[in-house]
Amino acid sequence: MDALRIRGLSHRFGAVQALSDVSLTVPRGRFTALLGVNGAGKTTLFSLVTRLYSNVSGSIEVAGYDLRRQPAQAMARLGVVYQSRALDADLTVAQNLAYHAALHGIGRRAARDRIAQVLAQVDLESRAGDRVSALSGGQQRRAEIARALIHRPGLLLLDEATVGLDVKARAEVLALTRRLIADQGVSALWATHILDEIQPDDDLVILHKGRVLSDGKSAAIAGPSGLTRTFLSLTGAAA
Amino acid sequence: MSERGFPATAWATAFRGIAWRETLRFVQQRGRFLAALVRPLVWLFIFAAGFRAVLGLSITPPYQTYVLYEVYVTPGLVAMIQLFNGMQSSLSMVYDRETGAMRTLLVSPFPRWFLLGSKLMAGVIVSIIQAYAFLAIAWFWGIRPPAWGYVAVLPALVLSGLMLGALGLFLSSAIRQLENFAGVMNFVIFPMFFASSALYPLWRMRESSPLLHDICAANPFTYAVELIRFALYLEMNWQAFGVVAACLAVFFGGAVFMYDPAKGLWARRKERG
Repeated sequence: MDALRIRGLSHRFGAVQALSDVSLTVPRGRFTALLGVNGAGKTTLFSLVTRLYSNVSGSIEVAGYDLRRQPAQAMARLGVVYQSRALDADLTVAQNLAYHAALHGIGRRAARDRIAQVLAQVDLESRAGDRVSALSGGQQRRAEIARALIHRPGLLLLDEATVGLDVKARAEVLALTRRLIADQGVSALWATHILDEIQPDDDLVILHKGRVLSDGKSAAIAGPSGLTRTFLSLTGAAA
Repeated sequence: MSERGFPATAWATAFRGIAWRETLRFVQQRGRFLAALVRPLVWLFIFAAGFRAVLGLSITPPYQTYVLYEVYVTPGLVAMIQLFNGMQSSLSMVYDRETGAMRTLLVSPFPRWFLLGSKLMAGVIVSIIQAYAFLAIAWFWGIRPPAWGYVAVLPALVLSGLMLGALGLFLSSAIRQLENFAGVMNFVIFPMFFASSALYPLWRMRESSPLLHDICAANPFTYAVELIRFALYLEMNWQAFGVVAACLAVFFGGAVFMYDPAKGLWARRKERG
């Protein structure tokens, strides 16, 4: 069963067609990159998958659960890292994680164990008692990933998770996500506009102006001319 | 979670988590607690003391005898604490929405009405702590309702706090930016407070202006004040109870509608990416 399956998804904001008949699949245990320039529709797609918006057309299934008919089951299997900070900067890292564990119905004792576990995974054990505002940008991103992992989701949605980070922090966040996939078998949908975050073996979906232009193995899409040229040629043709 | 949904303990855990976060934020913002207390105390110590001489009050239910103006105004000031707290919660919702913290609440697998209701209830708990702190100080100032009144007022505080918090929640769904919040102060808090029975009884209002009396009588805040006033003196005001409960249903229903992903606020928002 796929971690995420989207079929025929469309969404409008008034007269603006933000997404048109989008279909994509995130297979289990895979890193799937969602590549698109700013305004391509990536955040709208994420907002529909996380039920911030409601989909009126098309279908979204998370681990086989239909988001419209079984929202609680579907949402319980999703972990989300947003483009902008979603942690409470005035609370400590551990307090933020405890809050999010509670939002998933995880009791105090179990939450304590899981907090220790996820902080170890993102290498932030020593910062558990620090306020989020005291962390660097890269550490905050890792704390966001820890938050997204606290309820052990099968699918991670990461919306431009490296925006605003320096090169080192960016590489760390990306490596952490890939490690989680390799070690724990989670799946990830990684929205980005940065081409060098994508590896040849990754699954790749190119989104432009709300439409899927290409979907397949990154290496196959890139072809002999390389991903940059292919992307520019595809999005240029669709401009 | 199982195929059949969350067990009861998970619901309790989620509620406790939301209430815990609100309380933690409140404790960390000591200035907020002080401001919430200083505001009504200024009214009580300065305004009410000054007006004692000029505002005579004949016997007005639930009071059995003539009362000092400070005694009359105290329930209104308790309601004022809850009104400000409700609006403060609204401000925090707008802030959370602007910073992104709101999304983490709304992507919880629990239904949205439950998440909003829990946040509302958490805010009410905070407002009740403030209200009792104020009543304790007022006791030292000589305002001493019956001892059981402090117990009887608790359900009234819960209901009025929920109604005023739900109003704040509803308003927060309509406020797009934090900067617009100043408008709430001018167009909601002050008119609601002054055009109510918090400072003067309605019969006195009628003597000076029938129109103003009608406006005060149509103001839900008036009924929150009266519900608290009667409960504090061990009486039940069914009319106030009915109006407050009905307004709570309308405001909370409106807030849930506005925060629904398919309708209201979220359906209209567009983000880049």
